[in-house]
Amino acid sequence: MSVIRIWQSTVGKKVVMAVSGIFLMLFLITHLAGNLTMFAPDDGALFNQYAHKLESMGVLLYVAEAGLLAIFLFHVVAAFQVYLGKKRARAGGYDRDASKGGPSKLTVASRSMIITGIVLLIFIPVHIWMFKFNAGQEFTYTEVGGEEVKNLYAVVVESFQNPWIAFGYTAVMLLLGLHLRHGFWSSLQSLGAMSPRWTPAIYAVGLIFALLLAGGFLLLPLYFFFFGEIPDAGMGGGL
Amino acid sequence: MKFQVKVWRQKNRQDAGRFETYTVEDVIPEMSFLEMLDLLNEQLLKRDESPIEFDSDCREGICGTCGLVVDGMAHGPKRACTTCELRMRNFSEDKTIVVEPFRAHGFPVIKDLVVDREAFDRIIAAGGYTSVNTGSAPEANALLIPKDIAEKAMDSAACIGCGACVAACPNASASLFVSAKITQFSLLPQGAAERKRRAVRMVEQMDREGFGNCSNHAECEAACPKSISIENIAVMRREYMKGALAGA
Ligand code: HEM
Ligand code: FES
Repeated sequence: MSVIRIWQSTVGKKVVMAVSGIFLMLFLITHLAGNLTMFAPDDGALFNQYAHKLESMGVLLYVAEAGLLAIFLFHVVAAFQVYLGKKRARAGGYDRDASKGGPSKLTVASRSMIITGIVLLIFIPVHIWMFKFNAGQEFTYTEVGGEEVKNLYAVVVESFQNPWIAFGYTAVMLLLGLHLRHGFWSSLQSLGAMSPRWTPAIYAVGLIFALLLAGGFLLLPLYFFFFGEIPDAGMGGGL
Repeated sequence: MKFQVKVWRQKNRQDAGRFETYTVEDVIPEMSFLEMLDLLNEQLLKRDESPIEFDSDCREGICGTCGLVVDGMAHGPKRACTTCELRMRNFSEDKTIVVEPFRAHGFPVIKDLVVDREAFDRIIAAGGYTSVNTGSAPEANALLIPKDIAEKAMDSAACIGCGACVAACPNASASLFVSAKITQFSLLPQGAAERKRRAVRMVEQMDREGFGNCSNHAECEAACPKSISIENIAVMRREYMKGALAGA
């Protein structure tokens, strides 16, 4: 049976969602670990070095980025397919609509997956434009371990001085947390990996995972907004 | 007791339908929800109004014929309960009770609260059976089935096919029903021979009927009068993928 036919089925679409979602979550874990190096008390040297290492991977980095983009697109396409299918499956709603509670996992998080997803869909390109391309401006350079490297740290710290950016990022990270709150356990259920014995534990781990990831990411904008100083003078100078 | 009920009225499949509000008098707390509707229908007939159509058969929670969305919940507010087992003592007189049909593209309304659930029959016809030669019953101990497996299969087989899972699901997905049938057969030796083909065919038929995808909200398990677990849906996904990858 062809892969296309599997994707056309409801079960296949959820497998696509789950596998891509798991890869995206793994990416987020490494992304967060990288970001947390900004907290090293060295005016961004460790972080800039890390960013530089990534960039010097050359072709390998492009391959990884292309793979990530493909995974992301799979996730988004399947997400809209599931959403449109649901709209077709029930045209009007109910006059009164309530959850029966108990084993139900119908929550704000599960109901708003498409909304939190669309927010991420808009956020991610903006985020890449801001930090990977410095919003179209030239980067400044700094010296780390005898090497000239892009001062990405300065761009991040400076951006988060702006309250709109700092609090905008914080809000998006809260919505990411909501996405992961349902997404974490849901991906395992979609892959058929759940059993009643494990469900409560995995569902609880999902909450912890969502809190850790969202909390970790939103530390940065808040920290730099409240405590950050623009590190230009003391950074070994621009180019 | 005296209740205000807001009921969906729809003349036929084409009619747009609308809500009507009625007052039912002389309700006894021990009455089932359907008996309350019977009483309302008697009162309507006395006034020469057309009675409210709704489905029922056994009225003891085993046939799966009844099914209404009461106050926004399939089979009403009580868990592990069919509409016919629901008692009026579960309701307060102060609040209007809203009664709606199951709503899903796969379950078109025929009249008032009666929906067409033939989609489920077509899904069963696509694979929800075992092809065996009929004849005299085999000796009971010829096929040994461990007790825990027999019990799990029985838990899945408890599905009465009422469709509450579809009604309760925000996506109008039929996954709980279909997965209960697939799981029941996959656990037993009689069903094993056709398991791959069965899973693929039943899932594809479910999709053709226009039910939504499963977003793992688990509201179906809460609404199911037989408390069928969404573990069945996990099993269905495994069975489908195994079948599909094996080219069934
Ligand atoms: C870094 C970004 C993202 C991560 C880590 C992520 C993660 C996940 C995970 C793990 C799931 C559960 C999969 C499943 O139910 O099997 C999920 C579901 C979902 N995601 Fe994402 N996602 C991300 C971005 C997006 C984007 C950009 C969209 C755009 C629309 C989106 C829309 C959805 C939707 C609608 C669902 C629920 C699908 C359903 O109802 O069954 N996600 N996501
Ligand atoms: S009428 Fe048979 S289950 Fe309710």
